[in-house]
Amino acid sequence: MTTPVFRHGTTSGMVSSVEQTIARRRTEGGGALIGYLPVGFPTLNESIDAAVALVANGVDIIELGLPYSDPVMDGPVIQAATQQALANGFKLRHGFEAIRAITEQVDAPVLVMTYWNPVVQYGAERFADDLRAAGGAGLITPDLIPDEAADWMAASERTGLDRVFLAAPSSSDARLVQAIEASRGFVYTVSTMGTTGARAGVDAAARILVERLRAAGCTSACVGLGISTPEQVREILGYADGAIVGSALVKALTDGGVPAVARLALELAAGANDIRPPSPPR
Amino acid sequence: MSLRKESLRAQSGPYFGGFGGRFVPESLVAALDELTAEYELAKNDPAFAAALMELNVNYAGRPSIITEVPRFAEYAGGGRIILKREDLNHTGSHKINNALGQALLTKRIGKTRVIAETGAGQHGVATATVAALFGLECVVYMGEVDTERQALNVARMRLLGAEVVPVKTGSRTLKDAINDAMRDWVTNVETTNYIFGTVAGPHPFPAMVRDFQKIIGEEARQQVLDLTGSLPDAVTACVGGGSNAMGIFHAFLDDPDVALFGYEAAGDGIDTPRHAATITKGRPGVLHGARSMLLQDEDGQTIDSHSISAGLDYPGVGPEHAWLASIGRATYLPISDDEAMSALRLLSRTEGIIPAIESSHALAGTLELGRALGPEATILVNLSGRGDKDMETAGRYFDLLDEGADQS
Repeated sequence: MTTPVFRHGTTSGMVSSVEQTIARRRTEGGGALIGYLPVGFPTLNESIDAAVALVANGVDIIELGLPYSDPVMDGPVIQAATQQALANGFKLRHGFEAIRAITEQVDAPVLVMTYWNPVVQYGAERFADDLRAAGGAGLITPDLIPDEAADWMAASERTGLDRVFLAAPSSSDARLVQAIEASRGFVYTVSTMGTTGARAGVDAAARILVERLRAAGCTSACVGLGISTPEQVREILGYADGAIVGSALVKALTDGGVPAVARLALELAAGANDIRPPSPPR
Repeated sequence: MSLRKESLRAQSGPYFGGFGGRFVPESLVAALDELTAEYELAKNDPAFAAALMELNVNYAGRPSIITEVPRFAEYAGGGRIILKREDLNHTGSHKINNALGQALLTKRIGKTRVIAETGAGQHGVATATVAALFGLECVVYMGEVDTERQALNVARMRLLGAEVVPVKTGSRTLKDAINDAMRDWVTNVETTNYIFGTVAGPHPFPAMVRDFQKIIGEEARQQVLDLTGSLPDAVTACVGGGSNAMGIFHAFLDDPDVALFGYEAAGDGIDTPRHAATITKGRPGVLHGARSMLLQDEDGQTIDSHSISAGLDYPGVGPEHAWLASIGRATYLPISDDEAMSALRLLSRTEGIIPAIESSHALAGTLELGRALGPEATILVNLSGRGDKDMETAGRYFDLLDEGADQS
């Protein structure tokens, strides 16, 4: 059915559903729209419904955040949401429950965004097994750099899960190569020096960083941080493989519940289509 | 042929046994690499050492003296108790040692803005002080709870020209101040250096901050030798993140006959949920950029710590301490709020020295240790800070403030 297209790093003999989705979007003439929401906000059930609504309204890949007590990469909107989820009693098992509930309802890949300590405490191998059993596609790890990731490399290798590392405008060329080689699924291209949160304009830094990643051999670069409008999505997908929207969706959920998230997803998805003429699979 | 045992003093990170490392967003790696490289150059540059020594002597007031406290020692088994008087440093604690070093490094790197986190406010005051001295822009992140209980230090920082940002997220204490400082650094790393206040955080901070603090132990080791003719039987210090303790321990790490004791804040008691006894009650995990011991729940969520002392109210600890505990070189014991406050009053009444509540944990531990070691023992205590900043807390604790005040 789907032709294996490109692979990052080493693989376990399977093509990641995230990579397949990104490739499909490219052949359709668009780019991948990745939507972030935290588990357990405002409630566990609503967070599941909101994630399902993302996909029903055109989001291609879900980035499901696990609330954590010390989220250093997150700005105020996501901090407030995840803090509320924790106050409501979020536990890691709710994360696996949510992944299962979402993947039972929709086909889109679900990547989990988590700070590293919860995985350490759960056990990287056990976490990988349970994530895979729940239907998850892999992990985005904002505070785990490849240098410290031996346990996760082994666990993801064994289970075939994706591992998304970050590349920043400040990263050296050597570190970009390291991120590309270590990542599978895509490289999370940090658009700007800062934390998560909507910004009026997305830095020129994002385009430059994607160019640097391409020059270093990256075939799958998705841009995140500060993206909130269909126009920004369209602009980014002009040069990147995917656009990641987080805080804007969380704010919509905070202000207007699941219907507001659905509306925003639909608008954003319009920005992810008709970027270029459809092309046959490579 | 026998291999010489590796010096415990030779550890320079990123790892201390299985602890340490760099668990940070990729955006910060370049800055940490730059800091590491520049620090390595500075460490081997005699001009840097000379500039730092000049500031230590003519600005901070080093070397700090040692003071033997026989009247206090009567309550501690009757041996010899010697205080290392970091409380007499400019700005009132050991924190100035590190702030001066990192400010010099900031100038060397060419950055114009510094940020810092602070708990009790001592590191914030020290950073605001050196920022004023060097003409650097300075922003200090401080948990809102701490800005209230250490209001005088907030005023001091502002008077020195620093901006103090009360942090309103999470537990609104030191750990959240560190989170916000990290977020600031991620955003402003091009112009900004993070003057981290303790021996925790990502490499190079644990090793670098220790290096700037190890002068405490180097001075004290010689001072005690000069005074008593021999090394002390034990060295004690309080441990929050652990910079004053690493500072005084380091010179003694390769002296196997010198026992090292770190005293953690037990708050209401280690059998209650309200304490900050990280090594006693925590387990290994990752927080604020390093793998170390950590107060956390089964999911790896950080548990809020509690201590009457803002400077020890931290659920983590420096990785070198976690390592020293794991190999048995240093022993870490809990001291409750009440034990610390009682020691604070005892030193004030017997010696005319009002210690910081942080340092009072070391004094309380020393009282017990002294009784166990007996009258032949000599114990060196790091008196890491003075109690001026704590007068409101102490006034309330001992009911010294209104008409009905306890005069006993």
